[in-house]
Amino acid sequence: MPGRVFITGIGIISAIGDNVAETLTSLIIGKSGIGKNTHIESQYKEIFPVGEVNKGDHELAGVLGINDIREYTRTSLLGMIAAKEALSDAGLTDISKAGTGLISATSVGGMHRSEMFYKDFLNNHSKGRLMNIIHHECGDSTEKIADILGVKDFVSTVSTACSSSANSIMAGARLIKNGKLQRVIAGGTDSLTLFTINGFNSLMILDKNKCRPFDDTRSGLNLGEGAGFVVLESEEMVIKSGKKPYCELKGYGNACDAYHQTASSPEGNGAYLAMKKALDMSSLKESDIDYINVHGTGTQNNDLSEGKAMLRLFNGKVPPFSSTKAYTGHTLGASGGIEAVISVLAMKENILFPGLHFTTPIKELGMIPVITVQTNCKVNHVLSNSFGFGGNNSSLIFSQS
Amino acid sequence: MNVYINGIGCISPQSSTDGGLFSGDIKTYEGEFLQCIDPDYKLYIPPTMARRAGRIIKMGAAAARICLHDADLAMPGAIITGTGMGCIEDTENFLTEIILNDEKMLAPTAFIQSTHNTAAAQIAILLGCNNYNMTYVHRGFSFESALVDSMMQVDQGESENILTGGLDEMTPGMFAISRRLGIFRNSCSGHSALFTKKASGSIAGEGAAFFLLDGQQTSSSYCRLEAVEMLYKPDDEKEITGKILKLLKDHSLRIEDIDLVISGVNGDERFDGIYSSVLAPFKNCRLAYYKHLCGEYHTSSAFAVWLAAMILKKNQVPSFLLAHGDISTPPANVLIYNHYLGSNHTFILLRKC
Amino acid sequence: MENLIEELKAEIIEVLNLEEMDITNIDPDEPLFGDKFGLSSIDALELIVLLERKYNIKIESAEEGKKIFHTVRTMADYIMQHSNK
Repeated sequence: MPGRVFITGIGIISAIGDNVAETLTSLIIGKSGIGKNTHIESQYKEIFPVGEVNKGDHELAGVLGINDIREYTRTSLLGMIAAKEALSDAGLTDISKAGTGLISATSVGGMHRSEMFYKDFLNNHSKGRLMNIIHHECGDSTEKIADILGVKDFVSTVSTACSSSANSIMAGARLIKNGKLQRVIAGGTDSLTLFTINGFNSLMILDKNKCRPFDDTRSGLNLGEGAGFVVLESEEMVIKSGKKPYCELKGYGNACDAYHQTASSPEGNGAYLAMKKALDMSSLKESDIDYINVHGTGTQNNDLSEGKAMLRLFNGKVPPFSSTKAYTGHTLGASGGIEAVISVLAMKENILFPGLHFTTPIKELGMIPVITVQTNCKVNHVLSNSFGFGGNNSSLIFSQS
Repeated sequence: MNVYINGIGCISPQSSTDGGLFSGDIKTYEGEFLQCIDPDYKLYIPPTMARRAGRIIKMGAAAARICLHDADLAMPGAIITGTGMGCIEDTENFLTEIILNDEKMLAPTAFIQSTHNTAAAQIAILLGCNNYNMTYVHRGFSFESALVDSMMQVDQGESENILTGGLDEMTPGMFAISRRLGIFRNSCSGHSALFTKKASGSIAGEGAAFFLLDGQQTSSSYCRLEAVEMLYKPDDEKEITGKILKLLKDHSLRIEDIDLVISGVNGDERFDGIYSSVLAPFKNCRLAYYKHLCGEYHTSSAFAVWLAAMILKKNQVPSFLLAHGDISTPPANVLIYNHYLGSNHTFILLRKC
Repeated sequence: MENLIEELKAEIIEVLNLEEMDITNIDPDEPLFGDKFGLSSIDALELIVLLERKYNIKIESAEEGKKIFHTVRTMADYIMQHSNK
């Protein structure tokens, strides 16, 4: 019988704060981090707002005590900061005492540096600084994080587009339930790149204004960057340490929409299946869910299909929900991890965070998200959705323990 | 719970789709890198998917379909893949378009096909499979991570009949970069003699191999997938050997029970010494190499697993694999040891069933 | 106009990589996004890029594109009306 898995530490960096405390403040005061793009030189710099972390690469490295940033991509630096905070938050000083793994996630990896390399390489294969391409692939940032944390027992990376870090959390929990490890640091990291700005623009799903998830007038997403990690521990470790965990990872589910590479099926079939799987694993009833942190990117397609799936699963009685992407932007591979941390904060503080920039419900759905910050709420069970390209749909359920 | 390999599909630079390799049909290549023998993809992929699919997607989808057919199964319970570099061709294409067109008038296909989980997703769309779908992208751990996930799910009854694959493609652009980084030699010419002519750098290859993993043995089972372990940045070679010996002990095996070791030696004199040092306790075991056939790439161990599964089912060790030992006795316990550039070390144990 | 229709058919086949088709089996009045061609929303975006690159016509949204790409003939009509050539 698989054991229980608890969250004992959280760490986060995004457009709304460099750590958990700053993030919580921004969430409570309704301060969105979406604004002008200052880091990425692009034709669209003035056109598409983004959710940038407000530190340059040198500053991020400075936080970590790193002087020479050539070996570190922005994706690595963001991940290292958030993962370190999570480990410290869990009160773990000597991880060698129990089997500890790291599963990170990323969709862009070192692409921002690869883009620089490619500009020179394209016309002449002997050109381009190798230092810029050597950190391209996904495992690079993960190993940087593993090395700064001192994790060795299990190190791997998930890359399933926008559901990546929800899946890494799921994989981490599975390793603990199978008795392979006692602890897993799990989450993800992504940074803004020319590749993704242009990629999403070619799909015509970027908003020139601040995004309006679940709003009838929504016209796309804002890209964001950041990292979010949680420390997962086995029941045995929690009892042994005597620490009070934030919550339990009570259920999770992954399902494939199997409909289209980028668009969700109109009825949100994959979303429904993922949420249902998570609910079934948790043994909770639909009415037990106090808050849903939806994927809610602000695109026409996602919000409609996700909304339909929610109406179907909850038989029309959808619990309070909101998308926090209007705060952080869509942080792609990091979104599952970032939103897991936000979900944990909602439970810890008994607060429901609003869906910013919302005015009018989607006609076909009539669903209204949390509009203003709600304090003193009963937030015992939170469902968090992350849906990625390739119809990769993942849902996590966190419960007060 | 035991895990069995009940179906396989392998696209590689060798005759792996028709079993020709085991009849002695060994392909040799000149040029920069070993390239997969492309089957007639029309047999496996409908035109609506093929028209947009990059080569690695076609390789993966074809290998997956061959595997399912081999296992006589229409719908897998999960699809889990590992890839070291993902969809390189589409990534290069989109990057090229961004640069050449100065970010204007960009067509979306290359972008959407470039995400690392495209192969797993496209296979799911092809099959109409709504089940668990996952992709690991971590260097020399990519395929093994997929295997570990699969085995855990079978063991816990979370999923059954899991389609698990390892795939990577090579492109001229990526080869040029890797060569500059010293990972590969200038050409793959003479790759059959890869291990006699050591040099700095290996030869580049590519491949896609899928396996159907389940807890039930069937009449068509190839072998038992006994164990998969990974070792990250070991302190020294003693630690690696220690890991192998512990693995054997945990599965009630002695060194002398291993009657075939498949080693990831790749002709790169900077790193091949690790293998001889680590495998010293196995000096009396039959030893085989495989990278002279498929080249070096992050998920090459998937090709090694294909070889091992075929060997265990056919009770036959092809002589062209052997570094030493003879072909007379069929093996029962196969150990695959591989590392990628001395950093990601992996161990796969397969047993006759 | 008929020349443009034939030209468009060839462009569509190439841009969307419709290997199984040639210009003789595309009816200019057949809905492009019906059952026959199996085209999706991504193909619509590819056609938007085609219009901009080849005919210098910018379409601002995917929804606008859907109407214009109803058939090869509606595409040709639109190009005739909006072309700067």
